Amino acid sequence: MDSVVSQLSIQDLNVWYGGQHALKNITLEIPRHEITAIIGPSGCGKTTLLKSLNRLIELNPHTRVTGQVLLDGENIYAPGVDVTQIRARVGLLAQKPFPLPMSIYDNVAYGPRIHGLKNGRMDDLVQHYLEAVELWDEVKDRLKSPATGLSVGQQQRLCLARALAVKPEILLCDESTSALDPISARAVERLLSSLKNEYTVVMVTHALRQAHRMADHVIFLWLGELVEQGPAEQIFEHPAEARTQAYLSGEIG
Amino acid sequence: MSRSQRRKLEERFFKAVMRVSLFGALLILSLIVFTVVQKGFRALSWNMLTQPSQGGYYLGGDEGGILNAILGSLYLAAGATGIALAIGLPVVFYLHAYLGRSPLANTTRLVFDVLWGIPSIVYGAFAFLLMLEIGMRASLLAGMLTLALVELPILVRAMDEVMRLIPPDLAESTYSLGTTRLELTRILLRQTLPGLATAILLAFGRGIGDAAAVLFTAGYTDAMPTSLSRPTASLPLAIFFQLSSPFPSVQARAYASALVLTVMILTISLLARLSLRQFSKHVIR
Ligand SMILES: Nc1ncnc2c1ncn2[C@@H]1O[C@H](COP(=O)(O)OP(=O)(O)OP(=O)(O)O)[C@@H](O)[C@H]1O
Ligand SMILES: [Mg+2]
Repeated sequence: MDSVVSQLSIQDLNVWYGGQHALKNITLEIPRHEITAIIGPSGCGKTTLLKSLNRLIELNPHTRVTGQVLLDGENIYAPGVDVTQIRARVGLLAQKPFPLPMSIYDNVAYGPRIHGLKNGRMDDLVQHYLEAVELWDEVKDRLKSPATGLSVGQQQRLCLARALAVKPEILLCDESTSALDPISARAVERLLSSLKNEYTVVMVTHALRQAHRMADHVIFLWLGELVEQGPAEQIFEHPAEARTQAYLSGEIG
Repeated sequence: MSRSQRRKLEERFFKAVMRVSLFGALLILSLIVFTVVQKGFRALSWNMLTQPSQGGYYLGGDEGGILNAILGSLYLAAGATGIALAIGLPVVFYLHAYLGRSPLANTTRLVFDVLWGIPSIVYGAFAFLLMLEIGMRASLLAGMLTLALVELPILVRAMDEVMRLIPPDLAESTYSLGTTRLELTRILLRQTLPGLATAILLAFGRGIGDAAAVLFTAGYTDAMPTSLSRPTASLPLAIFFQLSSPFPSVQARAYASALVLTVMILTISLLARLSLRQFSKHVIR
């Protein structure tokens, strides 16, 4: 896989929480404009890997990161790199929606405002992204009311709109549908799937069926190690490793 | 006795204990308010509220009023709260946006906890020494600054506790949009506005009720507070001086002054309560 196809290239990545070695010598490529699913049992390091990709991991005290994460060939951990720029390019949709403590409108407008992305009218921009997440019709009459008034499913779509409005290239999703009711979960899932023409999506999920439905590429982690990765079909139909087989069949994890 | 009977009895017993404590506390509080109202209301007059004091309190004067003390106290507490806020907010933001859970953050918290515990007379004495050093006289400004020191730890720790309740995910979601740490503090501020209002109220209440810190630093005078560089009267000291008077009519005025102080604090608390709903409009729970 050459660097034109792979947007993120992770090389020999190690992460420690204090003395605990949470990620061990991870080397892998994340292809552009595809959905990559990270799977594995609880505590295997999925969230850690995801948060390493936009340096959110640094918010935990006592973490240590070695190795490289190349975003379009540039190491995001190199000294002098502006972390706010990295995070603007690599957005996150968390497990539980956390709207900003402001109105629905301001939630979407926040990113464009701080990054000075506005060209054209802000109103149009906000409408565009709310439409993109299929929320516009539900909120167009109460744009100025607090985002907290929305249902959890609506809040998660708002968070997606907010993330997209920053114009990221990559979107990280950490079990982003697991806190939602089945209908909202499906809606968000569908939205994420439709995004891959424009965005690279990296998602963590516990739901293997969801990974099956959505992923083009699958990464299987086990106790902080990369066990296997490859095209989704290959991993799901013909896993090479015994541990992958065992996990997929529900024997472990 | 069966196990379930014992558990029921246990619960009933401890519930009774809690109730007794609650009612005891309420009883004592209402006794205080009752005494102040009963004794103070009789002595309270329109003149008292609209005139500055005349001839001090030791001379047995029922002349004049406490308007100078009311205004003095308001100025002192408002100024002190403003100064404490100007110093305290950056401290709290630095603590949360930059220090996080580092050892320095915990040391800072410990320092402010200790400062909180220091009696205000010590702050007063410290400020007085400092004033002697630099040749500053007892004045409204000196009183404000000293009270600000008294209020600062309350403000910082109360705000700090509110901020600690913010879910870490909020910071993570915000950082994921590419915000700087400074931009994060604005989000944190919005999230904690109701808590901030409470913290300010706590600090203001402590400031307006404090006598010891202003005794040497703001002094006392019959004149109305008109200048930062002149001494000023304050309600707690007025109460203190009136109570120490040998004349019953002046002593009665102490209760009237206490009533005024109580009503002032009550009004401010109620106003803050009312504005809380506006503040918490956007808060994420
Ligand atoms: N802040 C932290 N401090 C210390 N150890 C941590 C911290 N966060 C995670 N860990 C440890 O690192 C390992 C990997 O955690 P991580 O959260 O990445 O797992 P995960 O695969 O996302 O699990 P889950 O599926 O339960 O979300 C775990 O053993 C966990 O206990
Ligand atoms: Mg996780």
